[in-house]
Amino acid sequence: MSLAADDTILGQATRDYPFTKRHCLSVSDFHRVDIENLLRLGEHYLDLDVQKSPDRSVLSGKTLINLFFENSTRTEKSFELAGKRLGADVISMQVASSSIKKGETLLDTAATLNAMNPDLLVIRHSASGAPSLLAQKVGCSVINAGDGMHAHPTQALLDALTLRQAFPEGLDGLRIAICGDILHSRVARSDVALFNMLGAEVRLVGPPTLVPLDADMWGAEIFHDMETGLQGCDVVMMLRLQLERMSGAFVPSKREYFHYYGLDRKKLDFAKPNAFVMHPGPMNRGVEISSEIADDPEVSLITRQVESGVAMRMAILHALAEAQPVNNGAAS
Amino acid sequence: MSALSIINARLIDPASGRDEEGGLICEDGKIAEIGDIVPRGDIVDAGGLILAPGLIDMRVRTGEPGLENRETLLTASKAAVAGGVTSIVLMPETDPVIDDISLVDYLIRKGTDLPIDIHIAGALTKKLDGKSLTEIGLMREAGAVLFSNGSKPIRDAQTMRRLMSYAANFNALIANRAVEPSLSEGTVAHESNLSSRLGLNAAPAISERIMAERDIALAELTGGRLLIDLISSKDALEAVKTAKAKDLDVYSSVSINHLCLNEVDIGDYRSFAKLDPPLREESDRLALLEGVNRGEIDIIVSDHDPRPAGEKRLPYSEAAPGAVGLELLLAAGLSQVADGYLDLSAFLAAVTCHPAELLGLETGRLKQDSPANLVLIDPNKPWVCESSQLKSRSKNTPFDGRRLTGRAIKTFYQGREVFSL
Repeated sequence: MSLAADDTILGQATRDYPFTKRHCLSVSDFHRVDIENLLRLGEHYLDLDVQKSPDRSVLSGKTLINLFFENSTRTEKSFELAGKRLGADVISMQVASSSIKKGETLLDTAATLNAMNPDLLVIRHSASGAPSLLAQKVGCSVINAGDGMHAHPTQALLDALTLRQAFPEGLDGLRIAICGDILHSRVARSDVALFNMLGAEVRLVGPPTLVPLDADMWGAEIFHDMETGLQGCDVVMMLRLQLERMSGAFVPSKREYFHYYGLDRKKLDFAKPNAFVMHPGPMNRGVEISSEIADDPEVSLITRQVESGVAMRMAILHALAEAQPVNNGAAS
Repeated sequence: MSALSIINARLIDPASGRDEEGGLICEDGKIAEIGDIVPRGDIVDAGGLILAPGLIDMRVRTGEPGLENRETLLTASKAAVAGGVTSIVLMPETDPVIDDISLVDYLIRKGTDLPIDIHIAGALTKKLDGKSLTEIGLMREAGAVLFSNGSKPIRDAQTMRRLMSYAANFNALIANRAVEPSLSEGTVAHESNLSSRLGLNAAPAISERIMAERDIALAELTGGRLLIDLISSKDALEAVKTAKAKDLDVYSSVSINHLCLNEVDIGDYRSFAKLDPPLREESDRLALLEGVNRGEIDIIVSDHDPRPAGEKRLPYSEAAPGAVGLELLLAAGLSQVADGYLDLSAFLAAVTCHPAELLGLETGRLKQDSPANLVLIDPNKPWVCESSQLKSRSKNTPFDGRRLTGRAIKTFYQGREVFSL
C-alpha cells in the first residue's frame, strides 16, 4: 500500500473493507461495499488529468494479456489503454492467428499463457462460463470481458459509474428500464444484478420472444410494451438486437421491431422528463434507437459510457493488482 | 463343470417378488437350485448380503467399432462387471453405424468371449439419417433385440409411422428419443431460471412431451411397440402415464443420472454434468423417482457414454454431452434407495426383469434353469466415487467425488465369479 494514488483513494476506501477478490467474473462475486469502492476508484480515474498522467507504478512490472475470442472494439481497446496507462505490459492475443485456430483447446491455451506468468488475463469468449473455467486453471487474476449470454461485469460497472456521474445522489431509488434483446444480452444480466445491488428499481422491456421465460426471477419487473415499461423511468437503456446470436426468427422484421421497441422521441416521452438514454454499443441505428436520440447530448449518455469504460477498467485492474499479494497462489 | 453354491444370502428376485434368506446353486452356467439348498461344490458365503440377478443395462455406448479411443467392448465389460451389470445393449452410434446384419453379427461374435452378454440395438435408419429404413427384419433375425436411432430422434412423423408399422410386423421394439428437434437443437441445458442466469441456450421440458405424445399417438395408430427413450421431465412422464392408462404397448426409460442429479449440479459450468437430455429441476427428479416406484417408468439405464477428456474439458456449451455409468448404475441407484427416494424392488425390477421382458431375454431373474448371472450386493457399503478408479477407458462422470451408499461386491456370469471387490 505504498502507492500514492491508493493512499488517497483505494487505500482510504478499503481500509475498513479490504478488496481481496482475485477475479472479476460476474457481478454477484462482489459485495456491495466492494462495488462502492470500485466505483469510487473509477471516479478517481475519470478525472482526465489523473487518467492521462496516472501513477504508472500501479501496474508496473505486471503483465496484462487480452484474450478476445470474439470481436470487440470498445472493450478490448479500453482494457489495453487502461493497462498501458497504469504501466503494465499489455499483449493483445490475435485469436484468429494463434494456435487456437489449429484446434488447441481453451484449457491448453490457458496453460500456455499461464506458463508466461501473466498477472491479469482479460478474456472474452462466446461460450458462457469460459472465463470461470479458465480461472480454475490459471494462477493469475481473470477478468471476464463478456462470456456468451452470461455476464459482462465490467460493462455493468462502467454503466453504474456513468449513472453516478449523471445522478450524483447515487442509484438508490432510480427507475431504470433495460429494453430490447434481453435474452441474448450478457450486459442485461450483469446490469440487473448490479443495479439491484445499488438500490435501483430495474425493469426489463422487450418482445416476449426476446425476454427469458424466468427473467422475472432476476429481480426485475417485466414489460412487453414500451409505453407502460418506460412509465416514470429515470434511465432508458437500449440493447442491441444481437442478430449473430440468434438462430431463427425472434422478430418479424427490423421495421416492426423499430415500430414497437425502437427508441425515438415519442417513446422516450413515456419516461420521466429529462430521462437519460444509454446503450452499451455497438448501436444499430434505426433498429433499436433513432439517431436523433442517440446523438442528442441532452439525453444521451452513450459517449460518456465509453469514457467511463477506460476509467472503470483502470479501477478494476488497479484493485485486482493491489489485491494480488493478499491472495495465496496468485502469480508472483 | 463343478457346482458353485452361494449360501446365506438375501435372495431378491423382482420378477417373482421373492425376497427371502436362502442360497442358490449354479451348475453348467445355469441356476440349478434356489431357496433351501444343500450346498455342494465351491461355496461362497454371502454373509447375509443381497443376491440378485445381474443387471441388464439397456443403453450403453462403446466406441467399438471405430471410436475405440472412447471405449472398447473389453473395457466396457470390465466396467460392467465391476458395477454388477451382466448384460448390455449396445447403441448403434458407432463408426460405422450398426445398420447392417454383418455388423450385428460381428459384434455378437466379438461379445462371446466377454464375461457379459452383449446385445445389439440396430439402427432404425441407415447411417442414422432419420429417413431410410434399415433391414429391421433381417437384423432382428441376426440377433438385434432393439431398434433405435441413438440420440437423434426420428424427426419426420411419416417416417416414424412407417417404421412403427413395419416393425410391428416383426414385433420388434422401437426406441425413440423424446426430443422435439426444433425446440432442442443447439441447446445445452434445461430451460429454467438457472440456465437463463447462466446464459445457456436451453430447451424447455415440453420438447420431450411433444415428441412423446406424437410417438404415443403413432403407437396407437400402428400398434407398434414403443420405448420412449430417456425421459427426463415430469411433462414427459405425464404423457407416459396417459399411454399406460390406455393400455398401449408403450414403455419408457430414464437414466440413472436424472434420478440422482438435477440442474444445480451444473453449478459453475461443470461440463461433466452436461448430459443429453439435460439435467432438469429437482421437482422433475422427484417425479421421475416416483414414476419408477409406481412402475410408470419401466426401465432405468446407465446411458453409458464414454468421452475422452478432450471432448469434456471444454467450456460447458462446447463440451460433448454424456457420462459413463456402467459402473455406477447399481451404486447410484442403491444410494437413492438408502436415501429413501427409491424403492429397492422397484429399482431392481427396472434394471433386471423389466428389460428382460421387453427384450425377450431369459436373464434378469432368479429362476431354475435361467443363466446364472448374478450380483452380490452390499446395500449399505459407503464409498467415494473417484473417476480415476473407474474401469472404463473414459472417466467422464458427474459423480466424481460423490459419496455413495451400496455397491456390487461380487459378480457372477454363467456361474463363474467374474468380479470381486
